[in-house]
Amino acid sequence: MAARILFPLAVVLAIVAVALIGGSISFLQPLFSVALLYVAFAIFFFGFMAKVINWAKSPVPFRIPTTAGQEFSLPWIKWAKIDNPSTTGGVLMRMFFEVCLFRSLFRNMRTDLRSGWLIHSPTKWLWLLALGFHYSFLIIAIRHLRLFVHPIPGFVETLDAVDGMFQIGIPPIYLTDITILLCVTGLLIRRLCLPKVRFISLAADYFPLFLILGIVISGLLMRFVFRVDITAVKALANGIVSFHPVVPKGIGAIFFVHLALVCTLIAYFPFSKLMHMGGVFMSPTRNLANTTRMAYHENPWRKPPKFHSYEEYEDMYREYMKEAGLPLERE
Amino acid sequence: MTKELTPQEMLRIDLTPPNRDWMDIPTVIKPGIYCYPAKPEKVEAVGMPNPHVWSPLDDDWGLPEDWKETFLEGMRERLNKHRSFKIFMDICVRCGACADKCHFFLGSGDPKNMPVARAELIRSVYRGEFTKAGQILGRLAGGRKLTEEVLKEIWYYMFQCTECRRCSLFCPYGIDTAEVTIIGRELINLFGLNINWIQEPVANCYETGNHLGLLPHTFKQNVEFMCMDIEEFVGIKIEPPFNRKGAEILFVTPSGDVFAEPGIYTLSGYLMLFEHLGLDYTWSTYNSEGGNFGFFTSLDMAQRLNAKIYAEAKRLGVKWILGGECGHMWRVVHQYMNTFNGPPDFLEEPVSPITGTKFENAKSAKMVHISEFTADLIKHGKLKLDPSRNDHFKVTYHDSCNPSRGMGMFEEPRYIIKNVCKNFYEMPENTIREQTFCCGSGAGLNAGENMELRLRGGLPRANAVKYVHERYGVNMLACVCAIDRAVLPASMEYWVPEVDVCGVSELVGNALIMEGENERSVDLRGREIPGRGEVKEDV
Repeated sequence: MAARILFPLAVVLAIVAVALIGGSISFLQPLFSVALLYVAFAIFFFGFMAKVINWAKSPVPFRIPTTAGQEFSLPWIKWAKIDNPSTTGGVLMRMFFEVCLFRSLFRNMRTDLRSGWLIHSPTKWLWLLALGFHYSFLIIAIRHLRLFVHPIPGFVETLDAVDGMFQIGIPPIYLTDITILLCVTGLLIRRLCLPKVRFISLAADYFPLFLILGIVISGLLMRFVFRVDITAVKALANGIVSFHPVVPKGIGAIFFVHLALVCTLIAYFPFSKLMHMGGVFMSPTRNLANTTRMAYHENPWRKPPKFHSYEEYEDMYREYMKEAGLPLERE
Repeated sequence: MTKELTPQEMLRIDLTPPNRDWMDIPTVIKPGIYCYPAKPEKVEAVGMPNPHVWSPLDDDWGLPEDWKETFLEGMRERLNKHRSFKIFMDICVRCGACADKCHFFLGSGDPKNMPVARAELIRSVYRGEFTKAGQILGRLAGGRKLTEEVLKEIWYYMFQCTECRRCSLFCPYGIDTAEVTIIGRELINLFGLNINWIQEPVANCYETGNHLGLLPHTFKQNVEFMCMDIEEFVGIKIEPPFNRKGAEILFVTPSGDVFAEPGIYTLSGYLMLFEHLGLDYTWSTYNSEGGNFGFFTSLDMAQRLNAKIYAEAKRLGVKWILGGECGHMWRVVHQYMNTFNGPPDFLEEPVSPITGTKFENAKSAKMVHISEFTADLIKHGKLKLDPSRNDHFKVTYHDSCNPSRGMGMFEEPRYIIKNVCKNFYEMPENTIREQTFCCGSGAGLNAGENMELRLRGGLPRANAVKYVHERYGVNMLACVCAIDRAVLPASMEYWVPEVDVCGVSELVGNALIMEGENERSVDLRGREIPGRGEVKEDV
């Protein structure tokens, strides 16, 4: 296997190994929990802000929405208000569908060449895996709030109850535990096995997948195999959010593995493709209204163009123009 | 090369990329795929840098000593000027949704023509030269250094993208390869490395007012030549106005329409329509080009060429501007012109003098598409039409990329076609409207020497035409783009030889019943309309 697959895998395994060792040595535990988390969050917060500010510093000189439906035109022509918005409301709807339901990915299809014919057929796998992964991740993240917030907010309780409603196993397994495992595995298999995707994949594409897979597996192990003292974890989490960190005794090493992987993901976030989370909101082909003939949009760095004026043109071709009977400014 | 390849041979395309790192696959510049280099005098004519003689097949491309610094400085400058470019360099997750959406990839199987891979050619330089991770980890972080090899590879593939934006439709973050190509080509142009098929039209347009370099009298003659045809076939004498001050409307169309078949028949359609309406309008020889090959060079050049439209409208004192059928012209007019050279406060909000309709969607830029204008006329019953004069055609409609994904004009041309023809058949839904496929030769790639590339890029469109040809007997491919009209005939001849190409306005001209016209036994091409001439069926 290529370095671009093995290297990120090795890095993730190294993190696991280091965290296992660090988490087993009690005087190192504060380093592998409290310090790591503070540092990771600081990097995430400032890194994310810096990136977004850096993007925002570059202006949007031209309005270039990708128009995905009929434009606003004559009054009797049906206008695609969301796919080709010309109002702020329409843009907000378009962004809602893009961000929350992955509208563009839903359009996806595959094209195959079969006995001289290009066959275009809808395919929803990527959309399904992506949507499943992102929502599972979101719900799991929200569920984790119960460790940090006191009293536990009602919606977290509700979400927890819904997510765990099937009551399978002891402790009951959450639906999202299953879906995230399936989706991340699916996305990884896709990357490894589909020749086109494999061809374009970089180490930076495998790394977050291995990390997240590691996070999910360590989380499941903690819940079902190497049970961790949840009261102790809660005490640790409370200490961290109240800025009076204490590391209670007796938290299993697997917890530190889980935490180290999460912290790596968080700290890596601002420097990686994961920034698509922020970028999707700022993409000029999606977040602009198609109003370029209806309203003037200013380009902040516009310079007046140097062009061949009519006077120069007439001077150049006066004789021809005269002969052809074309009107002239000067005879 | 193309001439030896039959369509069957051309169709042996392997869409499965090799199981290797793309950076390990060397790029070989092949005849039939690349276009000839820009002639130095054409580069010089518009004051662009480093005019010189060179060849893509040479080792030495005549790059200036400090080319690397210039390239990287140019890249930094553009990252700071375009949020699109900056974000698109950062957020691609390489999900592969765009991979099989590109006509060049589907027609060639060249994996570097997957939009994501083509953009990665530049993104890898961004990572390798501009990001810490890429500078330290190099290839492991997906970065590479800018070398001459890399520049040549970027050059080769920037001219294998027609900026059609089909990939951007499917991208979950709206990453637009056209933005990357536009900026990639700007960088290439810092070294005089344009292709001549773009550079010469740019130089021509700058000086003579049109891509073809038609001088004022020739331009006028060409238009008048079509009036002679109209007189012969329709029996109506038309004397079109040129450079006329005080006209209500300035008409601007791509010069391809006044130059070659089948575009000239679209021109006939315009002329007849305006004559029939008694429209108070004028042509301009100074601004005798709607198309803008500057757009395929640099945004700066696009702005300079585009500036003539408003300048001429101001000089002539018209109220508003009407634009003919063209693809990239309409991307520029719709999404750029107002910002480039507007707002044109000296013009009035466009109102159709025939129907009184206000074109709300053009109230600031003051330029209306001929299809918007014509659809409005038909809707108000202002045109007498005999669609049976197009009965010898079974028509399908090709949505041009730019009016589709850079504007959203889908219904107007369809409405027109359905009113002027009886036999209209849509191509499969994944190949039309916003999902339309490029003709394969847009963005200045409609040269002769790259015919293999053009035919390969034209395959997805031609394949869909072939489908409706075999299923419904379609024999006419209508479009609203001058480049389509220039290039689709070659693509059709190769892939679906029984299908002709026409502009929508040509079909309008055929069906239009003009006051005082003769019995129409031939269409605007002078071809006999079957069933006419002998017995006329009454409606």
